[in-house]
Amino acid sequence: MTEAPSRPVTFPTARRHLFDPPGEVLQWQRQGALHRMTFADGHLGWLLTGHAAARAVLADNRFSNRTELTHPPVAHPLAGQENRQLPPGFFLRTDQPEHTRFRRLLTGQFTVRRMRQLEPRIEEITSDHLDAMERGDRPADLVQAFALPIPSLVICELLGVPYGDRAQFQRDSAALLNLDSSAERMGAALVDLMAYMRDLVLRKRAEPADDLLGGLVASGELDDEELTGVALLLLIAGHETTANMLALGTFALLRDPAQLALLRDDPAVVDNAVEELLRYLTIIHMGPVRTALEDVELDGHLIRAGESVAFSLPAANRDPERFDDPDTLDVTRPATGHLSFGHGIHQCLGQQLARTEMRIAYPALLRRFPGLRLAVPAEEVPMRSHMTIYGVHRLPVTW
Amino acid sequence: MDIKADTDRCIGAGMCALTVPEVFDQSEEEGTVVLLDADPPASRETAVRKAVQLCPSGALSVS
Ligand code: SF4
Repeated sequence: MTEAPSRPVTFPTARRHLFDPPGEVLQWQRQGALHRMTFADGHLGWLLTGHAAARAVLADNRFSNRTELTHPPVAHPLAGQENRQLPPGFFLRTDQPEHTRFRRLLTGQFTVRRMRQLEPRIEEITSDHLDAMERGDRPADLVQAFALPIPSLVICELLGVPYGDRAQFQRDSAALLNLDSSAERMGAALVDLMAYMRDLVLRKRAEPADDLLGGLVASGELDDEELTGVALLLLIAGHETTANMLALGTFALLRDPAQLALLRDDPAVVDNAVEELLRYLTIIHMGPVRTALEDVELDGHLIRAGESVAFSLPAANRDPERFDDPDTLDVTRPATGHLSFGHGIHQCLGQQLARTEMRIAYPALLRRFPGLRLAVPAEEVPMRSHMTIYGVHRLPVTW
Repeated sequence: MDIKADTDRCIGAGMCALTVPEVFDQSEEEGTVVLLDADPPASRETAVRKAVQLCPSGALSVS
């Protein structure tokens, strides 16, 4: 038996296995849901590793998501400066009722039904990229050929962002999410992205457009600064998340041919397989963070007002009290109820879009290339350990 | 079954419409929950309870 940590821990980031959270976080989880943790700025708060407790805190409005109240779990180049630079429309980091005002303007665009209407276009985009990959060189980098461009093009079309500008915003958004970026580089990326978006917003004001951003501009509900923030949030979120799930998910499946075959050959398994990949891989691996607005008792501990709680969603999604045999990838298990899209009022706005993209893209890829395999040893695949969203930097594949 | 949906709490995440499309939909404009059938047949009870459980905002209840 291992002892519960007696001294405050720090947020663990060193992984020993490609798809598993750092070993110690799983060990701690099996001893309790809450652990004292020292944040990167020295703040003494909590690390939350249990599924039930994570669900409870994420849905509890006694905990705030406001940037200026939360402490960084891991060293962040922009720590301390971030809240001054984030535009007002970055509503992810607001509480009710401010949050509701933004969210309500957007939810109608991301409903289950809306996403079904996008299916034919997503299928077309997917098959175009598979065609190009088939015609191209082998080995190919699955990230550049497939995983990044598909969600990127989809979100650009939906928002009304010119896809031709992608080289710039993909580079800046990658720099923004890279914890190894210098403060200058990250700050410059944020400034560039905001300038780009502000310019786009102004263009949509001048020339009304029939896309999401055009609709938001026309609604008259938001000022230009708010529109810039909303558009930026949606562009980054729409890009990086699904892209990393597609590449990392394919990598995990290539390492587990039996699971891969199930997903490829049985259409009835696809929806659930997507949920299981979301659970098993949990690419949001460094947070979120919430801060108690008042004293809250949880799981036998007292979280005091002002203390931050950092979540390990990968650990929560491997909680044996919630999922049997949690460290096994099993595309047939009941996997819904995972926290990969969060929970509570901030639960991912784009989750139905992400699901639709994954439900189309994984099986299309695996059916097009039945002989798909890694072109390098698995240990040589560069992992995104120091990025706020986990995944692979490149995935060399052949077929 | 007596299902209640609180559109003020709803954040339009769509878990309900995804889980039991026969019972829940989302409005075109705001994306918030629309209850299609407040008293569905007993055969849907398990799915409805699952939707209530999955709803991130606590907008749904069933008794
Ligand atoms: S699951 Fe809950 S929050 Fe989401 S649309 Fe349905 S009622 Fe609203």
